[in-house]
Amino acid sequence: MNARLINRVLMLPVVMVVVSFAVFVAVRHLPGDPARMLAGTAATQDTVDAVHHSLGLDRPALRQYGTFMRAALVGDLGISIESRQPVGQEIAHHFPYTLLLGLSAYALALCFGIPGGLAAAMFEDGIWDRIFMGMTIVLASVPNFWFALLLMELFSVRLGVLPLMGAHSWSSLLMPSLTLALMPMALIGRMTRASMLAVMSRDYIRTARAKGVGLMRLCLRHALPNALPPVVTVIGMNLGSVIGGAVVTETVFGWPGLGRLMIEAVRWRDYPVIEGVTLVAVLSVILVNLVADIIISRIDPKARHG
Amino acid sequence: MTGSFRTLIARLPLSLLVGMVVIAFLVLGALLAPLISPADPLAQDLYATFQPMSSAHPFGTDAFGRDIFSRIVYGTRYSLAEVCICILVSCVMGTLAGMLAALVGGYVEQAVMWAVDIIFAFPGIVLALLILSLLGPGFLNMLLAISVFSIPVYARLAHNLTHALQRAEYVEAARTLGAGTWRILYVHVMRNALGPILVQSTLTAGSVILAASSLSFLGLGVAPATPEWGAMMSDGRSYLGIDILPSLFPGLTITLAVLGFNLLGEGVRKVMDK
Repeated sequence: MNARLINRVLMLPVVMVVVSFAVFVAVRHLPGDPARMLAGTAATQDTVDAVHHSLGLDRPALRQYGTFMRAALVGDLGISIESRQPVGQEIAHHFPYTLLLGLSAYALALCFGIPGGLAAAMFEDGIWDRIFMGMTIVLASVPNFWFALLLMELFSVRLGVLPLMGAHSWSSLLMPSLTLALMPMALIGRMTRASMLAVMSRDYIRTARAKGVGLMRLCLRHALPNALPPVVTVIGMNLGSVIGGAVVTETVFGWPGLGRLMIEAVRWRDYPVIEGVTLVAVLSVILVNLVADIIISRIDPKARHG
Repeated sequence: MTGSFRTLIARLPLSLLVGMVVIAFLVLGALLAPLISPADPLAQDLYATFQPMSSAHPFGTDAFGRDIFSRIVYGTRYSLAEVCICILVSCVMGTLAGMLAALVGGYVEQAVMWAVDIIFAFPGIVLALLILSLLGPGFLNMLLAISVFSIPVYARLAHNLTHALQRAEYVEAARTLGAGTWRILYVHVMRNALGPILVQSTLTAGSVILAASSLSFLGLGVAPATPEWGAMMSDGRSYLGIDILPSLFPGLTITLAVLGFNLLGEGVRKVMDK
């Protein structure tokens, strides 16, 4: 563990406190009374006041935040206004779907991106390199909701081989994960190629080549391990936009993950849920980037000692 | 004259030229929309819903009998407005914040870069959703939300560039001669940092269109009947299985527009790297 990594770990709680405070303040400044929404439009003023008091909304803001954080730390994020379920429970129910979707999308992206980028770098300016680079720039330009609709039209409406929406069987996972994989696929492919090309011009590669190491062994054993750290960094930094992509993908395919929960919450102005999902999203981005840093410090000796 | 022009064109990367052609088409479409489009983009004709492609309706008609081609042509106005406004706002705010932070230094620098890190910790669309849930849906609120989540990229870039430029000898010389913070910022740092920031702006343009059309697709951007590409696809999505044309062509146009900006960005970067 180097100093930078320790610094990052120590910053984590501080960043979470600041983010949660920002979200808390923003949400508390909204027009409309959450007690009124929770009590329903038919409730009397006395009932609303009672709900107001039971939610602690009549106490000073800083103490409210203290209560909110203390509850949040043990997993209590309040009650959803729309479903009347605890927010923690809602998130726990939807999170596995998003995790499954995200992991399968990244698996697809890695399976295509790394070998593709590797081959493009091995035969720089060759026919595959040109096709691959053209393909990645097109993939990065396709709006994922359009790609999703085209997949649905082809495989569900025309051919009828895949379920249109929902999460009923494993085959339901295919189209959403392919849709979500597009962007990271393009990015990982381009980064692998660029990073490989940078490594291939290094002295130790020339030495290995001079010793008579074959092209396959040269690329896979000598160059690839040294080219991977930037790819891992890019995967971590890109997670935020993949979470954004998941919001859209889940909405199109009716996939019951956190993204769809968030969109429903925004439609209903269900603030406890918005708060909760935002905190979970930010925490995941920070944690994944931390894990990416740790992986890099493991696989890259320069980062370990530098 | 034509000879030197030709050699100049030949020297430019292909991606830059293709990108420029695509964007020129978009600008022409936005400017000449009333001349190009065969029909009023808002006019409904309930006797002519889901028409196939024909000379009267090049891309067919949608569920309300509106001409899809005309709606796409008018949609270029919204997309170009999205790109221009979001990039201008986020670029100016981010660049100023990053440069001033680097020049002033100390606690101010710490505070500004912290704020930038906090914004950066939010996944873009999630931050936009949070802002839109607070302000309510709408075109301007959507642009504001996209601008806010684009700020960190510019702030970090400007911050790093300024730190690098501050070590340049001519900046040191200017400081020795008694130039103030603003003069150094304007005369020396701003002008030299302009190139990389311009490259970043062209690279961001495509993602602005994607973010805006995603938010409109989710029903949080423009009002429903507006001929905006994302909103058109949101309409078209309901008729999947009946007719694909209302979602096919707006999506194809978004892809082409984003591709144009991405190619332009890559081309500009190649030229700058030379």
